[in-house]
Amino acid sequence: MTATNLKQSTEYVKPKMNWAKLEESENFANTVKLYRQGKIDPDNFRRFRLQHGAYGTRMTDDYAMVRIKIPAGEIYPNQLERIAHLSEAFSIGNAHVSTRQNIQLHWVVLEDVSEIMRGLAEVGLTSREACGNTVRNVMCSPLAGVCSEEAFDATPYAFATARFLLRNPMNQNLPRKFKFNFTCCEKHGMARITDVGLIPQTRDLDGKTQRGFKVFLGGGLGNKSFVGHQLEDFTPEEDILYTSIAVLRIFDRLGNRKNMARNRMRYLVDEMGWENFQNLVLKERMVVRATQSVIVKLEVDNTPKEIKRPIRITDTDGRSPPDGYSRWLKTTTFKQKQARFRAVFLTLESGDMTANQLRSLAKICSEFSAEGFARNGFSQDIVLRWVAEDDLPRLYSRLLEVGLANPGSLTMASPVGCSGTTSCNLALTNSHRLAKEIQRKFLELNLDEDQTLHDATIKISGCPNSCGQHEIATIGFYGGGGRVGKDMYPVYQLSLGGRADGEAMLGVNCLRVPAKRIIPIILKIIELFKKNKKQDDTLASWIHRIVKGNENSEIKSVNDFKKILEPLTIPPTKEQDKDFYADYGSDSSYHTKTGKGECAA
Amino acid sequence: MSREKTLRTTIDADSLRSELRDNSVRVIDVRREEDYKQSHIPNAANLPLANLLADDSPDKVLKTAQSFGIDDETPVVVYDDTFGALASRVAWTLQYIGHEDVSLLDVTYGQWKSLGLENDTKIPSFGKKDHSLNLHPDILATADYLEKAKEKENVILVDNRERLNYLEQHIPGAINIPYRTLASADKILRPKDELKRLLQNRNVKSDAEVITYCGSVGTLSGLAYYALKSVDHPNVKLYVRSFKEWKNLNRPIVKQENADYWDLSAE
Repeated sequence: MTATNLKQSTEYVKPKMNWAKLEESENFANTVKLYRQGKIDPDNFRRFRLQHGAYGTRMTDDYAMVRIKIPAGEIYPNQLERIAHLSEAFSIGNAHVSTRQNIQLHWVVLEDVSEIMRGLAEVGLTSREACGNTVRNVMCSPLAGVCSEEAFDATPYAFATARFLLRNPMNQNLPRKFKFNFTCCEKHGMARITDVGLIPQTRDLDGKTQRGFKVFLGGGLGNKSFVGHQLEDFTPEEDILYTSIAVLRIFDRLGNRKNMARNRMRYLVDEMGWENFQNLVLKERMVVRATQSVIVKLEVDNTPKEIKRPIRITDTDGRSPPDGYSRWLKTTTFKQKQARFRAVFLTLESGDMTANQLRSLAKICSEFSAEGFARNGFSQDIVLRWVAEDDLPRLYSRLLEVGLANPGSLTMASPVGCSGTTSCNLALTNSHRLAKEIQRKFLELNLDEDQTLHDATIKISGCPNSCGQHEIATIGFYGGGGRVGKDMYPVYQLSLGGRADGEAMLGVNCLRVPAKRIIPIILKIIELFKKNKKQDDTLASWIHRIVKGNENSEIKSVNDFKKILEPLTIPPTKEQDKDFYADYGSDSSYHTKTGKGECAA
Repeated sequence: MSREKTLRTTIDADSLRSELRDNSVRVIDVRREEDYKQSHIPNAANLPLANLLADDSPDKVLKTAQSFGIDDETPVVVYDDTFGALASRVAWTLQYIGHEDVSLLDVTYGQWKSLGLENDTKIPSFGKKDHSLNLHPDILATADYLEKAKEKENVILVDNRERLNYLEQHIPGAINIPYRTLASADKILRPKDELKRLLQNRNVKSDAEVITYCGSVGTLSGLAYYALKSVDHPNVKLYVRSFKEWKNLNRPIVKQENADYWDLSAE
């Protein structure tokens, strides 16, 4: 053997599924050339581009954002390393973890998108149908399989659904995008705010346990948001695919293809009325079942996963873990239903990771996770599951070395912020940076350690379109422009009391808060909570009582909040405070500027 | 045989080892002196990039080459531990003063070592040789040259810095091919077919004159120079003083407006 043939062997767990088709890369490259030569009109090209997962970029035709689908959020070490490389070669040397288990590469030269597709295909990943009027990434709770509240692990069902629908001719040209979310239980997940949401459940049938789901239809966040309706008490597992097909067929047939603003399925459900829609789905399902039962079946792979206990990596030299360990342990780790294992939620800032962090993460998850891969979650985060409790101090040290050991991922101190004016055509404000600023402030004030705040959430969108999911946040914001005379300043609409769990409801609008007053306003809300809370209250439970009109302290309604907070939102003059008139991340005066939207992120 | 040799831009580890055994090559290590002293490829000379940059006038470079026992015919191979960028800058300078047969080792010193290949701590000495001076202005771009050339039809200006730096400011008309695009996982340059495909996608035609530049001293863009040479681009020039000089001269600069891309960075 010659020296240069020697390859370093790394023993990584191999991806279970291959989502890729290599030829799509070449096809994309050729189509870009034809488009640049003016041989394809812009509308057709846009449709093609989006179907292949390349989204437009703020104020330019030269760049795209490539959205990499991570079905059910399962991402493997070799895939992390590949994304690291692709981000340096063709993007900004960073990758962004989204709220829908995608990983996004921004500011990619349109002519390089095909190279990214090729690089992804080599490790089994795809961006196909990550944008456009298609079935988007099929999500699954990052805790599926380890959550003590779940009836069973939904992951195989999410995989089977994703596999059945990817590239399926049935859903290449829907009236609008379409989203599936599988969750583990009522608490962890977003079954009620998506087109089709599924929560595993079981029932006893003739002495046998039967698997099935609660299926929620017609939910979703956006310019107008709705909470989904449950189709029936129990949808048995063998009906899941028929139900999905039936719903997609109805949406394809009846969804609004004319009005961009009302073409998501939730509007169809709203216009028809839930009972009519429900009946239609049940009828359509009978037809689907009768015509397709022999041919089509979800291929659910329920073989138990291999859990390797990694070689014991913890030193036994009795050294105490580095500073900050207990805080990190308390605010980022989740006890699995399997004894002595935890799921560790890495704290990112607005979902951003550097290429070096991705590379380190590949090694770390291979070493520390007994399943050998990572998951991305619903909150712009990455989750390492199956970490033995003995290994947590050592894991913490490793994460510290690469800047991934910040505390607070499972607390209010980790806000979600969409990409905002960093890259999005629709954005009005820099929500991305605002989320980072809030996070830094919260960690500085140790608010992640406050037990009464831990179940509250902060979510921020840079425009009314809800990519930051502000409407299901305890404290939510969406961006816009405010004005004093001729001068504009960035401002956010504050909403309170949103939640996505079993009692899902959308946040109630409170008032408009200038960007540079958001942190003081949040701190003021916390102060009011501390003053008025009852024993055992958390900020979330207290706010929920207020928005439901069940509170009897000083603040009984959202309107009472508004009265107290309003004085903090009065704009100074430009002479008094120039900074007020600039958005985060910018030192020049604020003005709104938007291009054409293509979908959310 | 020797004619072919002069055209090579990179050399693989196995070939270099056999040339070393034949004692038919001069190897230059461009890492810092302390790294070199710890270990290096046997019989390699040390020319830290910083030393070269301190005075890269043709006379000085010529003297250095001669002191390494390099004459007009000596095949020279350059390596670094910085993905080939520093080696490229040194190799380009030797070509500029008229040395024909210079190539880059296609792996870094780190990779060389991890392959388990021979290394040494012995510091060799070389008998001085004569080398002629024959400048090659056709591979050099100055600011003035660039200013005029970039207005021409068939000239492509390539910025090899990272994407965020490019978005923030670049020379008008430049396209951006970040240096990280050029390497593969185990080589300082991608295979030729891949590089060709990349350039084709970006519409860098093989008959175009290409001028590369980077942040300050022409290292990243030096690597791009060799990437283009490796796929037989006939007309490539290095703007060796690069963006730093361009800015200092107050020449025009453009930026990507209306977007806060820096806030996407986790650093």
